[in-house]
Amino acid sequence: MDWKKIGLKVGLEIHQQLDTKHKLFCPCKCELIDKDPEFKIFRKLRPTLSELGKFDRAALEEARRKLKFIYQAYTNETCLVEADEEPPHSINKEALEISLTIALLLNMNIVDEFHVMRKQVIDGSNTTGFQRTGLLATNGYVKTPNGKVGIQTLCLEEDAARKVKKTKDGVIFRLDRLGIPLVEIATEPTMNDPEQVKEVAYKIGQILRSTKVKRGIGTIRQDLNISIKDGARVEIKGVQDLDLIPTIVKREVQRQLSLLEIKNELQNRNAQVPNKIYDVKEIFKNTSSKIIANSPHVMAIKLCGFGGLLGKEVQPGRRFGTELSDYAKKRGVGGIIHTDELPAYGISKEETENLKDYLNVSDEDAVVMVVGEKEKCIEALKEVQKRAKLAIKGVPEETRRALSDGNTEYLRPLPTASRMYVETDIPPVPITKEYIEKIKSNLPELPEEKMRRVMSEYNISEDLASQLLKKDRIDIFEKIMEKVNLEGKIVGATLAYSLDEIRREGHDIDKLTFNDLLDVFKLLENKEISKDAINEILAYMTDKNCSAEEAAEKLDLKLLSEDEIKSIIDEIISENIELIKERGTNAIGPIMGMSMKKLRGKADGKVVNKIVTKKIQKLVS
Amino acid sequence: MSSKVSAKKILEEVGAEAGDVIKIVKPNITYKGILLDRPETFDKNYITLKLDNGYNIGIDISDAKIELIEKSTKSEIKFEGLDIKEDPNLPFISIISTGGTISSIIDYRTGAVHPRFTANDLLNAYPELLDEANIKCKEILNILSENMDPKYWEKIARAIYKEIKNGVDGIVVTHGTDTMHYTAAALAFMIRTPIPIILTGAQRSSDRPSTDARLNLISSVVAAKSDIAEVAVCMHATPHDRECYLHRGVKVRKMHTSRRDAFLSINDLPLAKIKDNKVEIINNNYIKRDTMEPKLNNKLEPKVALIKTYPGMNAEIIDFYVENNYQGIVIEGTGLGHCAESLIPSIKRAKDAGIPVVMTSQCINGRINMNVYSTGRKLLKAGVIPAQDMLPEVALVKLMWVLGQTKDFEEVSKMMTKNLVGEINNKSSLIYFPGGYHGLEKDRS
Repeated sequence: MDWKKIGLKVGLEIHQQLDTKHKLFCPCKCELIDKDPEFKIFRKLRPTLSELGKFDRAALEEARRKLKFIYQAYTNETCLVEADEEPPHSINKEALEISLTIALLLNMNIVDEFHVMRKQVIDGSNTTGFQRTGLLATNGYVKTPNGKVGIQTLCLEEDAARKVKKTKDGVIFRLDRLGIPLVEIATEPTMNDPEQVKEVAYKIGQILRSTKVKRGIGTIRQDLNISIKDGARVEIKGVQDLDLIPTIVKREVQRQLSLLEIKNELQNRNAQVPNKIYDVKEIFKNTSSKIIANSPHVMAIKLCGFGGLLGKEVQPGRRFGTELSDYAKKRGVGGIIHTDELPAYGISKEETENLKDYLNVSDEDAVVMVVGEKEKCIEALKEVQKRAKLAIKGVPEETRRALSDGNTEYLRPLPTASRMYVETDIPPVPITKEYIEKIKSNLPELPEEKMRRVMSEYNISEDLASQLLKKDRIDIFEKIMEKVNLEGKIVGATLAYSLDEIRREGHDIDKLTFNDLLDVFKLLENKEISKDAINEILAYMTDKNCSAEEAAEKLDLKLLSEDEIKSIIDEIISENIELIKERGTNAIGPIMGMSMKKLRGKADGKVVNKIVTKKIQKLVS
Repeated sequence: MSSKVSAKKILEEVGAEAGDVIKIVKPNITYKGILLDRPETFDKNYITLKLDNGYNIGIDISDAKIELIEKSTKSEIKFEGLDIKEDPNLPFISIISTGGTISSIIDYRTGAVHPRFTANDLLNAYPELLDEANIKCKEILNILSENMDPKYWEKIARAIYKEIKNGVDGIVVTHGTDTMHYTAAALAFMIRTPIPIILTGAQRSSDRPSTDARLNLISSVVAAKSDIAEVAVCMHATPHDRECYLHRGVKVRKMHTSRRDAFLSINDLPLAKIKDNKVEIINNNYIKRDTMEPKLNNKLEPKVALIKTYPGMNAEIIDFYVENNYQGIVIEGTGLGHCAESLIPSIKRAKDAGIPVVMTSQCINGRINMNVYSTGRKLLKAGVIPAQDMLPEVALVKLMWVLGQTKDFEEVSKMMTKNLVGEINNKSSLIYFPGGYHGLEKDRS
């Protein structure tokens, strides 16, 4: 596909948790808590007027769902700030400094004075009903093989509460994650190649890792902003896997192109969405469809001119009908049933025809039904009508959630700018030029610089160094090299390649600590094991949770002393003395083979070779 | 670095005012956005700019050039008008607003929380109040509660009395929380009421999605419809947005700086719990609706002091009040009602000058008893009036009111030790302390 021609524009938003001693606005630790909650706090939120006097679209949407929230809290691990029972404390200076470091590494311009804002979020993920966030830097860039990509903004903000589960009429959150410092980095929405987006995400990720940020699942989250010409800006939340980015972009393009086709067709047909909602339970009074028979109400709407289009695929496995269904689901129904897919779900052909007759629709039209409580049905169908009306206009601006297969589903309308007002409880923080200079003079080594240095310092190949970097093992490599006197390529290859081989064989290498690895290399350094034995020892250690020493012993892989080697070789020679007499020095090969068979893993091949050669030469001379 | 120039001056030069769109050109960067007002407490060399993305930033303009892009009409926070129809089947409730967090709103020109919301605005923000009652709003003050003053108590009492005379079924007073318990006590002494007078406020301002104002307001309206014809404070019972307690106005105190459930009944039980818009009576000892003829007696003697004693306190502090013509003194003593013996001569001197001295306890919880230790007995001999289980703040307000009625020492002493409106309980229950009725519910799920 010609991405430029279709006007693809992608922006990337990265959220990274910082590794600070305490939270952004209180002294609680930035750690997730696994034990049972000690308290639960019950709350309701409602949207309020922002300082510019406009209700926010997205905020109202959420309010309509009238969600109730329960927050799980602890005596020691959380405090009144997270519970919104105490004003925020002064901003965490450590978080500010890490953020400034990141901003400088991204070549950004830092604001003179940092202001904390309240970004209204009333899905319950913040006890206050807003996220505290401040703009720290603008106008930076990263370089990629495909050119420079602008970094628009860097914000320092608090992470949201952790969603534990959804209940019948609300959501349960845990307060442990709320308040962990996050940086939000947004690129310019100028990338026009799906692969480049992944490259930039990778590159920014590398830069972040060179600073004090959290590692591991859930500590970094990527969002994508995607639009095409005549399409709309769509924000895709929660992209976990960088390798999936190109697929997500491609599939969003496909979705928008399909929606544009649908729009054209709808306009050609002069499609209409009447507001009337019908009660059609009567039609199904003798139905054999369990879904319908078990529901108190069956309500329906007409979509004039939509016939056949609801079944049109917009993404692999997702149809236009799925788009409508996503909206309906937000009102608490299980989904929709539409005429493009009928007869199905036990609904007969006859019932389908009766339904069409009752609503007086033709094959060019579609009927959408939902089942459940009357109120919910009406709410859901209103949403479907809203989405259908948008379809006639084109692609709606939306926030969507990334699914694990690269598709996306509807989350909520795109938020508008009016959700932001000032956090009055925190005075602005001036950031002086002197302070910036001080941080500038202490910037950490950038990943690429580190790679070059490690290459020359430890004499390893670019390929090996880049693998170590990519797998985030370059720091471990350096730390081990500082402590052992071994060739860089041996330690490097073990870390970059062997560990993953061991993992592929089904061993849990995450169990290995830095000291475990160091111990193995110490054995090698002290010539107690051979390098051929490393993999087997590491695998054994992960399986048995034992030390390197123990593993080597249990596996019988400890190198023998020279005397022991000599005596074994002597034995082999005496058993084969006829062969040596017969072949002379030509017997070195076969004798070497027999020796290695017995000594593999317990003696260095070179040593064995030297002893065998010397002894045979002595015998035949 | 160039010398600092006040941002105000530079802005004046280009004719830029808050609300205007301006462009700022700095050596490395250019910003465009809406100029915002800066509170006086902020650094004067910076300006605050709201960028298109909604973020505010502060800009040091000592090295910047400013360009005015567009003059702007200031946006005002406006609600759409409510079409309110009277429902003859619903009771009539008056909401009287006096200011405070409950009626605060973000002033986007200064960026600060301002008490600017009127009672009517509250109704617009919380239209569900109209499902409970016909509501009439009256804004009589607009102050932060730390600026509350006895002369305002007189004004509030007058306004309430007028509403009672107008025949409303109940009254809700919105008030800042810091001094709400003082006002509640003052109103309790000033007004004999046949209907509920409910004070309420908010610990989280109304501009926040997590405000406690909604539950407090709706619960107050429900309480104002109830049978409890007393001055009471209605606030969150717990950190949950689930129920409120109705506290007797002379037995309540703000006991936490920030929590929603900051108000506790002290040496008493709350009168009721308001949950799901229903009143559940907790304490049956209350004055029922329509058992009292309305009467206003809002005369006060404001020149009364509340003095907290502490180790090392100098007696000249008490002398100061005597010399400065104070009419009454409430002492917040230690434990059962004591102070250093070194203060006793000054206290005696005050009493001899005709100034009543009332003893309360800084323990807050519990009753004073000045017969247990010799210091207490000496203080009693010096003429100190024991305030029994009265809160120090309530004793202060009561003494102001009593002195507004009479200056006769014996009469004052008699009135101070007699229960007038529920401020003194003769009996102390085990459940009163430490807030045995109150607290977070442990998660047992």
